[in-house]
Amino acid sequence: MSVQTHALPPTGLGERDPRPPRRVGFSQRLGRWDVKLSPYLYISPFFLLFAVTGLFPLLYTAWVSVHDWSLIGGQGDMVGLENYTAVLQQEEFWLSLRNTFAIFLISSVPQVVMAIFLAALLAQNIRAKTFWRMGVLLPYVVAPVAVGMIFGQLFADQYGLINAILNAVGLPSVGWHSSTFAAWSAIATMVNFRWTGYNTLIFLAAMQAVPSELYEAAVLDGAGRVRQFFSVTVPQIRSTIIFVIITSTIGGLQIFDEPRVFDVKGVGGPTHQWETTTLYLYNVGWGPQMNLGRASAVAWMLFLVIVAIGLLNFLITRRISSTADQRAQTRKERRAYKDAVRRLRMPLAAREADPGSVAATITADRATSGTSAEDESPRRTS
Amino acid sequence: MQSSTRPTRRSRKAFAATAGIAALALTLTACGSSDDGDDAADGGDSDAPVTLTIATFNDFGYTQDLLDAYTEEHPNVTIKHTIAATSDDAKANFTTKLAAGGAGLADIQAVDIDWMPIVQQYEDLFTDLSDPSLDGRWLDWKTTQGSSNDGSKLLGYGTDIGPEAICYRQDLFEAAGLPSDPDGVAELLGGADATWDKYFEVGKDFVSKSDGVAWFDSAEGVYQAMVGQIEEPYENASDGTAKDLASNTDIKDLFTTVATMSKDEGLAAPNQQWSDDWNKAFQNDGFATMACPAWMTGSIETNSGGVDGWNIANVFPGGGGNWGGSFLVVPASGAHTQAAKDFAAWLTAPEQQTAAFNNSGNFPSQVEAEASEEVTSATNDFFNDAPVGKIYTDRAAAVTVTPFKGPNYFSINSAVTNALVAYDVQGKGSIESNWDDAVKAYEALGIG
Repeated sequence: MSVQTHALPPTGLGERDPRPPRRVGFSQRLGRWDVKLSPYLYISPFFLLFAVTGLFPLLYTAWVSVHDWSLIGGQGDMVGLENYTAVLQQEEFWLSLRNTFAIFLISSVPQVVMAIFLAALLAQNIRAKTFWRMGVLLPYVVAPVAVGMIFGQLFADQYGLINAILNAVGLPSVGWHSSTFAAWSAIATMVNFRWTGYNTLIFLAAMQAVPSELYEAAVLDGAGRVRQFFSVTVPQIRSTIIFVIITSTIGGLQIFDEPRVFDVKGVGGPTHQWETTTLYLYNVGWGPQMNLGRASAVAWMLFLVIVAIGLLNFLITRRISSTADQRAQTRKERRAYKDAVRRLRMPLAAREADPGSVAATITADRATSGTSAEDESPRRTS
Repeated sequence: MQSSTRPTRRSRKAFAATAGIAALALTLTACGSSDDGDDAADGGDSDAPVTLTIATFNDFGYTQDLLDAYTEEHPNVTIKHTIAATSDDAKANFTTKLAAGGAGLADIQAVDIDWMPIVQQYEDLFTDLSDPSLDGRWLDWKTTQGSSNDGSKLLGYGTDIGPEAICYRQDLFEAAGLPSDPDGVAELLGGADATWDKYFEVGKDFVSKSDGVAWFDSAEGVYQAMVGQIEEPYENASDGTAKDLASNTDIKDLFTTVATMSKDEGLAAPNQQWSDDWNKAFQNDGFATMACPAWMTGSIETNSGGVDGWNIANVFPGGGGNWGGSFLVVPASGAHTQAAKDFAAWLTAPEQQTAAFNNSGNFPSQVEAEASEEVTSATNDFFNDAPVGKIYTDRAAAVTVTPFKGPNYFSINSAVTNALVAYDVQGKGSIESNWDDAVKAYEALGIG
């Protein structure tokens, strides 16, 4: 950089001519453009690609959603928001939202928790590390449809493996396809089978970046494994946890493959027990109705739902991360801390008179144990 | 250091950017360049080199040898055959490409009878295949299925059909003390005058004597067979509009009958057709009979490996019935529609379909092929040497009704069968409440 900002060297020592007006050379101007413009150019391929493959379909879907639009027949009349009102009046749409949230909750929550614990285990000094680490990722490599076929054998109502095992130990069969909750659990199992290992590796990577000094310090303080995990590991990988929660929320609200392959018809069950919103979208657009207009309306509403949930998620997790220090303390400690701050703001005389003030406490402590005031600063547990 | 690393870093970034843009450009152009650049003109010069693509699914019996026979006669033609694994895959591919204006469709597309309504609805996107020289090649009802709704155009050349007989388990019949030879079973079910009432009656008798074996495979299978014998099940043939399901007494009666027989009388194995449980029921003596179109014999054989009691009775309740079968259509967007039409006509000629029958077991829809020695003398050793050729020829001749299937046939049909499955397989509610659900699902379609 320094090379570019210097002007031409003086032509001779003896000359005292006034300096010629600074001429901004083309190469210099190019250099400035380079600095200002090129970062944007460098990242532009992504945005160009995004505009073509992300933004354009998004907007085009909005355009389709306000028309009568058949999959094959194409564009029809402009109908305004009719597609939206039609979809909102369908019981099936609300059922699909219920299913989506139910499956999302019983898949994502255990999944993230399990992934953290698995990662914590894998982060330990174990034999054949790479083997185990690759092992947890294996289900992720299996195609979802293959997963569906395997689990189809496990979760068959009449002659399925799981029911056979349940019967063998004297338990009644579970109607994996007839009971709504059982169907959700079965699908959530498939989802977890696929994604837990993936999230585990992300957590594992984050855990390996935690400085070992923190653990050494914790060990010196006498913290056990469990205490280390909750007081060092979890707070240190907080940003990764937020990342995983947000990505699995987005993914969880778009579950499609698993419910689609859960039975042979692939439409979400005869009474829509496990029809998720994406599956509903597919059925409306590509099923016998072939109504792309309504399907686009569903897509947009799902998009808005995901944005809303994403924002909610973001707000909650941001709150957690900003108040984390206080949160880590017990409520009692927090109150004591606030009290102390309030007293410190009091005039000195009043403070001396107040028996509960920090100064008074310190004085009293010093008198009893002989330690210095610095050691008595409120201890943080995180 | 900075000045020495800068240029390389920049060039690497520039390279990345170029690569990104190039990849983008490639992706974009790839969408548009699906034509192979065959520039032979249509029709005019019949000796110009032509590449024809044909897309089928499952197994049509079109082996390379069969296709080679055509290219030997027509040296200027090259044939590319793509095969989708299932009818559903092929349908998804077909509708998606049709939606994209026909880009990427094969010159000849195999179309299942189940999605023929799409072709009829958008008949302008397909070539009219009418050809007076082919009159009388197919069974009349097959030609009707392949024609436009007003009957003025022939949109598809018939390949195979699915005439239905009753497949049954000889050994289970014997164990229940019923006649078990094919003729005896045909007689038991009423012979030429077989009715569904009789079929259910014998079923009750069988179930009372058998040890927990159901009479038929699934409620859907029987419903499918029975609805296939109604002229206008869900829609009016005159204008293609949907009949109001709530007041459609034919269908309501049918639904009630099948639901009662399947669940209340316990005649159906409690499985959804094609589910894993259904597949496994073949191995577990789950049921004794099933409505059995010609192509079903293959599925039964696959599912029942090791079970050797199957046989076929030359009888079908309620007259003849047809389930399935396919057509070859020529999308109008193709570059060589005339050459494609010629090739499709050749492929669906009796000789070729007889060869296809030998290759895959798909029963030909051509009158002449059905009469041929090769077909009539065919037997199936898995079904204890049942004379399948003769049986299915008789069954095809017995078909008198071609149900009208308009654009909404499958939406309405799945509304009803879903309710049937909810009642029979999943044990939800009552017959009445499930029928109400079917009506509700119909109303949600917004087509009434």
